[in-house]
Amino acid sequence: MRLFFTIIVAMRALHRNKMRSTLTALGIIIGVGAVIAMVSIGNGAKSQVEAQVASFGQNLIIVFAGSATSGGAHGGWGGAGTLTIEDANAIKTEVRDVEAVSPEVRTSAQALANGFNWGTNCNGESQDYLSMRQWPLSSGTMFTEQDVRSAAKVCIVGQTIVNNLFPQGDPVGQIIRIRNLPFKVLGVLAAKGFSVQGSDQDDLIVVPYTSAMKRITKQTYLRTINVEASSADQIDQIQHDITDLLRERHRTGNGKDDDFTVRNQKEIADAFTATTQTMTYLLGAIASVSLIVGGIGIMNIMLVSVTERTREIGIRMAVGARGRDVLMQFLIEAVVLSLMGGILGILLGVGTSQLLSKLNGWPTLVSPTAVVVAFVFSGAVGIFFGYYPARKAAQLDPIEALRYE
Amino acid sequence: MTAVVKLENIHKVYDSGEVKVHAVRGVSLELAPGGFMALMGASGSGKSTLMNLLGCLDRPTDGRYLLDGIDVSGLDRNELADIRNQKLGFVFQGYNLLARTTALENVELPMLYSKLRIPRGKLKERAARCLEIVGLGNRLEHFPSQLSGGQQQRAAIARALVNEPQVLLADEPTGNLDSKTSIEVMGVFQALNQQGITIIMVTHELDIARYCKRNVVLRDGQIVNDVAVSHPLNASEELQRLREAEAAVKL
Repeated sequence: MRLFFTIIVAMRALHRNKMRSTLTALGIIIGVGAVIAMVSIGNGAKSQVEAQVASFGQNLIIVFAGSATSGGAHGGWGGAGTLTIEDANAIKTEVRDVEAVSPEVRTSAQALANGFNWGTNCNGESQDYLSMRQWPLSSGTMFTEQDVRSAAKVCIVGQTIVNNLFPQGDPVGQIIRIRNLPFKVLGVLAAKGFSVQGSDQDDLIVVPYTSAMKRITKQTYLRTINVEASSADQIDQIQHDITDLLRERHRTGNGKDDDFTVRNQKEIADAFTATTQTMTYLLGAIASVSLIVGGIGIMNIMLVSVTERTREIGIRMAVGARGRDVLMQFLIEAVVLSLMGGILGILLGVGTSQLLSKLNGWPTLVSPTAVVVAFVFSGAVGIFFGYYPARKAAQLDPIEALRYE
Repeated sequence: MTAVVKLENIHKVYDSGEVKVHAVRGVSLELAPGGFMALMGASGSGKSTLMNLLGCLDRPTDGRYLLDGIDVSGLDRNELADIRNQKLGFVFQGYNLLARTTALENVELPMLYSKLRIPRGKLKERAARCLEIVGLGNRLEHFPSQLSGGQQQRAAIARALVNEPQVLLADEPTGNLDSKTSIEVMGVFQALNQQGITIIMVTHELDIARYCKRNVVLRDGQIVNDVAVSHPLNASEELQRLREAEAAVKL
């Protein structure tokens, strides 16, 4: 029998039992709708995390010093004094495609100004740090290479510092005391807000790393070295080159572990997105279960339909329908049912995610892949769960079927 | 002239576990093209079984069945479906039209399952012509529920005709109809038979069988009587007589 006619016949049979068809398709509608909505929410969360991680600075490679071990207790990354300023200079001069390098030291420090005091983080960085992190200033200027070379007592402050120590307004040009040393404020960082992990990114004072090492912490080693690649394509090569260079400089023998760790922004981003990815998969899996339940509903109704229409099947067989014709008729009916459910479900899912993002302000992202997959999957559900009833119909004995009351 | 239907020592045994039912026991039969045969018998005589075998809905346990020269006794399900579609037309006691489907679409049905690809326009044209032949030219778009019993049976005959079959098989076609409508339907069969269509009809009504050219009686799965009807009744004459009788009663 011709496919076109079979589809017409299937549509007509479904139209005849409008209520029943709608209720049967509802399982698929809800299933597909849930899949689309869940994946949209998951994708929205993922893209939000990615945007935040990207704001951390693109093409950034971070070299951590190894962990210090004392008495069998391992300290965290950056604890051991394995990275030096010379290492940072070597990376800048010897590794190809390196755009900029910022040696980093970190300490917590009490800061005073205007009779207020505030415990904050003090980072020693190079003059390139802000451009590497793509972090603009809201006022003032960044310290210069000259400041770094001379270990000048200058600093850049975050918005939280301004709020707590300079309530009257613009701190540029004023003096802030860090561990009782006077530092001149050159600029104010643009507010960045809270990070993905929930820490306040604006609670920060940036000073030249030389000033931090010589004047504040009095240390000779670095916590990390931030390296900016000239393009994203070079990241892997640079990472490799840095590892080779530092192993050579640290005289690390063959087979021995690195006394440092090189990571790039992408890895860190991947770690974050992996979490949201897992969530997306989990939500998708739960939604898929409802799709399968919907499929079972279709199978149930198709079995009822085959029994109800036994006589019709007998008539069709008597006038020459082959088993395959009957099989196709019922299979197409099931597929039409599930695909219609799929289409309505896609609309429902897109609508739900739009509504959620409007009402709750959740970021949602309807992925075209999810839409296509949901559509194909609902068709597959129709074929899978429609096959058994259709085969049952096709295998009926025409004599028995004709006699069926 | 070679026989269009030829049965050679046909047996049918139903084996339902312990009990074996020998429904047809060695039936041999020949029917030439243009024949009009009534198959008669009490219930349990095996006439329904024989009809199923003749209609290629079932396969004989033993014996040979040549339909239009083709041995159909050994064909599989799909091949039998094609034979039913191309060489046979069915008319049932209960009409068996698809409900909620117009008369025209009911008649189109066998053509949809045909191996020959008939263009859509021609499909409609052929179906409409067959409905005109049986006198339903003005009822094309009616649903079965909107037709009387006689009209439904005529739509069913049109459906049986549409693929130009070799043999028309009718299983108690007048069983659900009153006597006047029965004669009308027999009139349709007679007209078709005059155009050369071979008809085999199962009936248990003697007066209906008298419209046929040949009567075959079955008992216990065997043919016990096979006679040519010397003077078959003419449906249109009988109808005329009936109308006159009715008119007389009213007077």
